Amino acid sequence: MRQTFKFKDEQDLAGFVRERVDPVFITGGQTRGVDLEYDRIDMTGISGIVDYEPGALTMVAKAGTTLQHIEEVLKAEGQQLAFEPTTLNNTLGTSGDSTIGGVFATNASGPRRIQAGAARDFLLGVRYVDGLGNVIKNGGRVMKNVTGYDVVKLIAGSWGTLGLLSEVSFKVLPMPVAQATLVISGIDTDVAVDVMTSTLNTAFDVNGVAFDIAEQRAYVRLEGFEKSVKYRTKSLIEILGTQSDIIVYEDAESANLWSNIRTLSAISSQSGDLWKISVRPTDGPKLVQRLALVSGIMDWSGGLIWTKLEAGKAARDILGEFQGHAVNLSAKTGLKLSNTNPALTYLHGAIRNKFDPKGIFNPGLMG
Amino acid sequence: MEMPAPDQFTLSRKTEIVARLRAALSADVVIDDPAETKAYECDALSAYRCPPLAVVLPHSTEEVAIALKICNEMNVPVVPRGAGTSLAGGALPTADSVIIGVARMNDVLECDYKNRVIRVQTGRTNLSVTGAVEEDEFFYAPDPSSQLACAIAGNIAMNSGGAHCLKYGVTSNNLMGVKLVTMQGDILDIGGSHLDADGLDLLGVICGSEGQLGIVTEATLRILHKPEGALPVLMGFDSNEVAGACVSDIIRAGVLPVAIEFMDRPCIRATEAFAGAGYPDCEALLIVEVEGSDLEIEEQLDKILDIAKTHNPVELRRASDAAEAGRIWLGRKSAFGAMGQINDYMCLDGTIPVSQLPYVLRRISELSAEFGLDVGNVFHAGDGNMHPLILYNANKEGDLGKCEAFGAEILKLCVEVGGCLTGEHGVGIEKRDLMSVQFSALDLEAQMKIKDVFDPKWLLNAAKVFPLDVTQSRRDGCPQ
Repeated sequence: MRQTFKFKDEQDLAGFVRERVDPVFITGGQTRGVDLEYDRIDMTGISGIVDYEPGALTMVAKAGTTLQHIEEVLKAEGQQLAFEPTTLNNTLGTSGDSTIGGVFATNASGPRRIQAGAARDFLLGVRYVDGLGNVIKNGGRVMKNVTGYDVVKLIAGSWGTLGLLSEVSFKVLPMPVAQATLVISGIDTDVAVDVMTSTLNTAFDVNGVAFDIAEQRAYVRLEGFEKSVKYRTKSLIEILGTQSDIIVYEDAESANLWSNIRTLSAISSQSGDLWKISVRPTDGPKLVQRLALVSGIMDWSGGLIWTKLEAGKAARDILGEFQGHAVNLSAKTGLKLSNTNPALTYLHGAIRNKFDPKGIFNPGLMG
Repeated sequence: MEMPAPDQFTLSRKTEIVARLRAALSADVVIDDPAETKAYECDALSAYRCPPLAVVLPHSTEEVAIALKICNEMNVPVVPRGAGTSLAGGALPTADSVIIGVARMNDVLECDYKNRVIRVQTGRTNLSVTGAVEEDEFFYAPDPSSQLACAIAGNIAMNSGGAHCLKYGVTSNNLMGVKLVTMQGDILDIGGSHLDADGLDLLGVICGSEGQLGIVTEATLRILHKPEGALPVLMGFDSNEVAGACVSDIIRAGVLPVAIEFMDRPCIRATEAFAGAGYPDCEALLIVEVEGSDLEIEEQLDKILDIAKTHNPVELRRASDAAEAGRIWLGRKSAFGAMGQINDYMCLDGTIPVSQLPYVLRRISELSAEFGLDVGNVFHAGDGNMHPLILYNANKEGDLGKCEAFGAEILKLCVEVGGCLTGEHGVGIEKRDLMSVQFSALDLEAQMKIKDVFDPKWLLNAAKVFPLDVTQSRRDGCPQ
């Protein structure tokens, strides 16, 4: 019988890990597709905002705090998580609320990553329980910190395989007062990547560039103060020229559009496995062609392809000769390494073994 | 600051080590003439010096790999070196070590505007990365003050920052991939022009590992299009508390300047005497810079000035053109030079939560009185990265020791209020023995385990970052 363990605090959790011999499956809000057949650790008991300094743009929260709660508290101060965490419930058919620990453990970064950075770039400090039940801290709650190794980055995106995050401190940013999105219609992927890269490569601080493959529409987002957004919108339209079919969505309409991109609503009702494929932006169209995709979202200027594919595909087969990374987010035991360099594979395994010598944290995942 | 005693056995094998390196590498790569190796005896922490056993300056990644493999096989300590501009002693050798420097490897390998990346060899200087792309209106964002001289290799090792990281982040946020040579001589490609890499974020931990995990010979860096323009505003306040509150209010109002620089009275006075920038004689001075088109700059500066006015500034000066902007920046940019005119100085680098600014400045001035040494403060206020400059006389017996003790107290204070020992310079040897103030034994152990994986014999830059007593058994070769 599969058991679930929930803890009231970090010490409680550490005590459990010290005694634990068998593998465990670590979960936050269970919003991802992964489901390993071990007893489950439920991290949602360790929650609450520990510290929030809006004037310093920093927050400290226990890992089980829901993303929703954090975003509400930030919003009250006119601030936000600038990396725009992805929400995949609709697309993966999962329920539950993402936890902030889960967001950082999976490095879940949305459209604004292209300009503002990924979740890992905003994570300033961590407390975690290692595989022997030791409570370890790294980083801190200040923005500039090069004291010792940056274990913070190593832990971000490690999907619980190195340690159980108990507390995270992170940088937040002001929420822009105005936004606008240029919607360019009737273009193919090649033109779309030209549009996306050429608008991103301007002085106009574009912070979202995505393309809906089925709709053949590219989206280019600008955010900031009102006059500035208006000025930059006008400037971008001049660059794109009059031959393109451009409509401008403002504020709430624009926000709604990006919320749909962030939740992948374009492909949420489709069947198949959800793949996230990261390549060089200019390789994006070639990969779309190679996979003969008729639907999906190209984000990050073409460098990220979200799509659904029939079950059973392997990452290597998807990428072919392209440099990059592909991951199946629907696979219950998902996240296999796609690298083929034995020295790199060794490093991954050896680091994991140092952090979790008993091999109890999510074995099989990221192997 | 102590360094471990050189290993006598290694010293006794110098001829053999040099011969093996020479046999395997091109003719001009290995330097062992003491007259020449002396040039590598220190970095920018020049109070500490020690010539290495030999210096290797490879022409290629393959030569770096060959040199590392030989050193690993012969158990010779290796000290990687970029341009030797570390303020923390990151490139300080020991007598039994071989320096492997990347200075000769400074080519641009690929410049890809569409994908916004440049791939360079890491001996290239920071400023010349921007130099390679600025004709096309692009730039590389991290801008440490040593950018004219410092190498990308060192920027990656120390995860260097700069004045503009409030908006653009530090090296780690702008580094997309590396070619890393391990101590065993394996050549690894980690990351690249795509954003998400495979598996664990090894790139994240390699950046800032102070040359202890491998030697980075190539880097893929994010390049960005330049903003249309930038202009600063200068504000003077009659107390540090008020200046601190003003910084906090600007940030809370949703304005994100590219830089917020702070100077205190001792620094303002020294700078005025040196550069005559026309700064007001006040307790605290802020320079806030914003970017964008003329219209956008105006919109942001209007907001900033409205906020500043609520704090009763003694001076408000808004630049309207490049010449005025230059005058506002003149004093700030001369600050280190101005302090250097008065005396020798030690530059600290701790970071504090911005809210602790007034308290920390008050404590620093109390400590200054206790130690009998003057201190000026100039720093990046937006991100809390302080640069207290402690004045001392290098020719006066005991002054350096007193200065170091004072510096240690300031850094402990930074940690006490929730900050850290170093914001952008790195630990090196300088802050090595203070690491236990910020980290528990288990915290340090967790970091050292990563080095155990990359460099099991602890040969790479091993006498840095962690307190010597903590690393003793590892450096002595006890398996972990």
